[in-house]
Amino acid sequence: MYKGYRGIAREALEKFGVRVWSDAEIKDRKGVFRGVILPRSEIADDKHIVLKMHNGYNIGISARTILDMKEIGYKKAHYKIPESEFPYDPKKPNVTLLGTGGTIASRLDYRTGAVIPAFSPGELYGAVPELAQICNLKTEKLFGIFSENMGPEQWIKTAEVIGKEIQQGVDGIVIGHGTDTMHHTSAVLSFMVQESPVPIVLVGSQRSSDRPSSDAAFNLQCACHTAAYSDIAETIICMFGPTSDQYNLLHRGTVVRKMHSSYRSTFRTIGDTPIAMVSPDRIIPLKKDYKRRRHDRNVRIDTAFEEKVSLVYYYPNMKPDIIDSLVDNDYRGIVIAGTGLGHVNKPLYEPLRNAVKKGVAVYMTVQTLWGYVHMYVYDTGRDLMDIGVVPAGNMLPEVAYMKLCWVLGHTREQQKVKEMMLTPIAGEITEREPPNGYIILQGGIPEVEEFISGHVL
Amino acid sequence: MNDLQHIDYEKLGLWCGLEIHYQLDTQKKLFCNCPVGLRNDPPDAEIIRHMRPTLSELGEYDGTALMEFKTRKEVHYQLYYDSVCTYEMDDTPPFLVNREALDIALEIALVLNCQIADEVHVSRKQYLDGSIPTGFQRTIAVGVNGWVPFRGRKVRIVQLCLEEDACREVSDRGHVIVFRTDRLSTPLVEVITAPDMHTPEEAVEVDREIGRILRATGRVRRGIGTVRQDVNVSIRGGTRVEIKGVPRTGMIRTLVHYEAIRQRSLLSLKKLIDTKKIELRTETADCTDIFQDSTSEILQNAVRYGGKVEAVKICRFEKLLHYRLTPNRSFIDELKARVRVIACIDDEPIFFSSVDPSFPGPAAGEWCAVLKRLKAGSEDAVIVVGGSAQDVSTALSEISARVLEAGSGVQAETRQVLKGGETDFERILPGPNRMYPDTDSAPIPVSVSELRQIEKRLPTTPDDWRKRYESLLKLQTINQLIDMDRIEVFEKVLERSGCNPRILAYTLTSVLPAMTRGGHDMKKNSNDNLVQLFRLYKKGGIIREKLSWALLRISSGMKSDASLLEEFGGSMDKGDLRKIVEEAEKIGLKMQDAEKRRNFLIGYIKKKTGNRAGGREIFEVLCAYAAERVRGEET
Repeated sequence: MYKGYRGIAREALEKFGVRVWSDAEIKDRKGVFRGVILPRSEIADDKHIVLKMHNGYNIGISARTILDMKEIGYKKAHYKIPESEFPYDPKKPNVTLLGTGGTIASRLDYRTGAVIPAFSPGELYGAVPELAQICNLKTEKLFGIFSENMGPEQWIKTAEVIGKEIQQGVDGIVIGHGTDTMHHTSAVLSFMVQESPVPIVLVGSQRSSDRPSSDAAFNLQCACHTAAYSDIAETIICMFGPTSDQYNLLHRGTVVRKMHSSYRSTFRTIGDTPIAMVSPDRIIPLKKDYKRRRHDRNVRIDTAFEEKVSLVYYYPNMKPDIIDSLVDNDYRGIVIAGTGLGHVNKPLYEPLRNAVKKGVAVYMTVQTLWGYVHMYVYDTGRDLMDIGVVPAGNMLPEVAYMKLCWVLGHTREQQKVKEMMLTPIAGEITEREPPNGYIILQGGIPEVEEFISGHVL
Repeated sequence: MNDLQHIDYEKLGLWCGLEIHYQLDTQKKLFCNCPVGLRNDPPDAEIIRHMRPTLSELGEYDGTALMEFKTRKEVHYQLYYDSVCTYEMDDTPPFLVNREALDIALEIALVLNCQIADEVHVSRKQYLDGSIPTGFQRTIAVGVNGWVPFRGRKVRIVQLCLEEDACREVSDRGHVIVFRTDRLSTPLVEVITAPDMHTPEEAVEVDREIGRILRATGRVRRGIGTVRQDVNVSIRGGTRVEIKGVPRTGMIRTLVHYEAIRQRSLLSLKKLIDTKKIELRTETADCTDIFQDSTSEILQNAVRYGGKVEAVKICRFEKLLHYRLTPNRSFIDELKARVRVIACIDDEPIFFSSVDPSFPGPAAGEWCAVLKRLKAGSEDAVIVVGGSAQDVSTALSEISARVLEAGSGVQAETRQVLKGGETDFERILPGPNRMYPDTDSAPIPVSVSELRQIEKRLPTTPDDWRKRYESLLKLQTINQLIDMDRIEVFEKVLERSGCNPRILAYTLTSVLPAMTRGGHDMKKNSNDNLVQLFRLYKKGGIIREKLSWALLRISSGMKSDASLLEEFGGSMDKGDLRKIVEEAEKIGLKMQDAEKRRNFLIGYIKKKTGNRAGGREIFEVLCAYAAERVRGEET
């Protein structure tokens, strides 16, 4: 009845017997305010009552100065996306959408001021009716969490459900996922789900779908089209190419990264080109070397996972105790994101030597993100290899972390771990870096500006 | 119908409210750190977006939102690297609200006698027309339930909002609309009045008065494009229609007048439909095959490029289609606008049963085939629409919807201004369902101490000024001084010189602008200059006719009283003046006609005195002479 209200604001509501959602009249020294009492965000202060005035605007009124308050009506909001049955067409491919809690389709939650996902096929059909033109859709809500709260339990469950869906004959899988850790999940699923005969497409949105300018509907259509029709049988991320809603890119799940905190076009393939461009009705391949769709159902689900692995982002002046504390706490694997070609300072040598001696698997990646670890170039690199730190090729730090968790779930035998780590399973290490794998256009340069003037951003 | 004078607005039951937008004079934008300012150089880059409707917090879709979605526009935004950032692109959440802007808005809310919110909330107001890349305008209700004094009563202020401005439209053709983002997110206040005005003239005056109040704060922007008004109009039996983007205050009068007439006409159209018992019914037929080889290029192209041509019959509506609503617009224009706006069919591919002579219509044979297919009689109206299949189907359903609406009189909608003061359909009137809380922004408490600070510096309002000077000047003159920003100068110079207020006001409102128009730089005149001038005038040193010349001299550097008096003083000896007056009177005595004589006197004396005597002195001597003569005659 007093959703989100506490302290003096709640006392005022109780004193005058006025409920949340009631149409009320509030009198204070300044005059009379009329409107519907809204729930209060739990993170907001306890001093104000929020009123939605009849023209739709919200204002807060200080609870302390209220002289009188009375209910004149009651209208509870029933946040509901118009729901209608998702049509079934036997001629269309069947796609399963797994929900982990992203904001693919959503509505507002007043208590927290946050966005609640809408998810059933009916709700999705109400919000993005275009989906019915693409495929038949079945949905399964696995969790309802923000992506930063994803962990081994969720990854394993997701991989298992994917396996089950593939066995049951689905033509493609879409996973709705928060964007923050989407590339972590895409990496770990690339290892846990092997030899998939169908596309596994992760999708999310950078502007939640409670906004008219949201990228959610477009992303969802592109993802469903990819799952339904593409012949790319890999774990891929499907998100905006440019910030304009022109086309999406399909990124291989092990070489992709979120690169901007808020841009729509935040996901970029690192060190290579994306696999394809996609729009709601067609796919334009950019690469030829990807695993093809098959008609068998021979997927292999391997959800081994070791949780005691850490990713250490090296910074100059890092002290030995950072490494020591990991070893002391029984960590079994450490992935370092080193500087330049894969370096850390001398004071870390000793603790790292100690770690390796105690059987901790230590792998080196680069915090430059692009490029390979090259530990033969400088003495530092050679010293580190002598100590037993293993260069992880051009694996992205987050991907190496996920892979080490997965590998250590299988074995702790150092040589075996090394062999598994350095043998690519899903394109996480590439033999070569093509010249167009590192294209970051810099604004201001005349030829770049000329390009921009002829294209949309 | 054209005559603005001959309408009894009271009898019509005219109600009229205003939404007045003033940009605030801040350095930065409302939710980011971009500089405020318009650009006319070519844009640096462009992005493309599309808009979708979303659910309101009460779980409903807004009507306007759905309408805009039907239009399926591709929205282009032009960007500038140095004055537009990722916030305007909707690629970054908002930064904290610009405190300077909030401070100004609070000040304005207080001057408008509003109840101030103790905590302000950022809301999102949906605009799916693309004018804002987010699809919503961030807006903050700062105060409610205010009022402004107007002709002895109060005009109520419903609400004062602080909000971000939208983009400027560059072009809108078919399914592509182009916006420039320079203006986007400029802080502005929106003043919403209650419908308390009952004549067009009142609406104009209240608009002016609110403008004066806002300008009094000295913190709103001036100049073209910084102020925009929307006018809400309804008459008894009609409904609220919002006229968007009134280009200038004076035009409000015409717009309100025509809207009142339009609503009256729509109500009589409804009456006509009722009395003639016309059942509002439409039937449609696909006529693509008929226009395969049409003589009409547009229809032929529609067919050739995979589109469609369809016809709709509106039963017994032939005459009503051309029912006149305002001097130059009839019911059919309402249909055309709906099709243009919602189905995005810009070219006029619309033909009517009485063939529009201004347009190359279908050949007679084609036309007959259409009528035959629809089994249309002579009383039925028929409209043919060609274009892409989806646009044509949208167009036909909009035509049918609008025809049905004719049976209920006036539609709630927003309308755009046409050149002569008539209006055209713009969109369906949005409701409160398009308001959402902004989940990206936290509520902002407004502290009592902050308000106290602002209260201390509230400006003198126009009403204060009028009360202060109503015994000395005409109201019109006071308003003029306020509108020209000279009221404060007036007050200071008057206090320090003690001169005649009317002459001072006249100098400020008429003489100074005339001189500026004449190419003189009058801006460098300080109050001190004016005080000096009017002190000398008051003492009788400078004659009135020479005030403006003296002012010019002062402004170009002549500073000493002595030199001013020498040049502009009334230098004629009283005795000499008296002699001239006597001479004139003597010659004048011979004249019989009083008016002739008076003119002669003035001319003669002026000629003889040259610039050496002022009108005031001459008048005094003349009066004295006349009085003596009368006394002489009496004795």
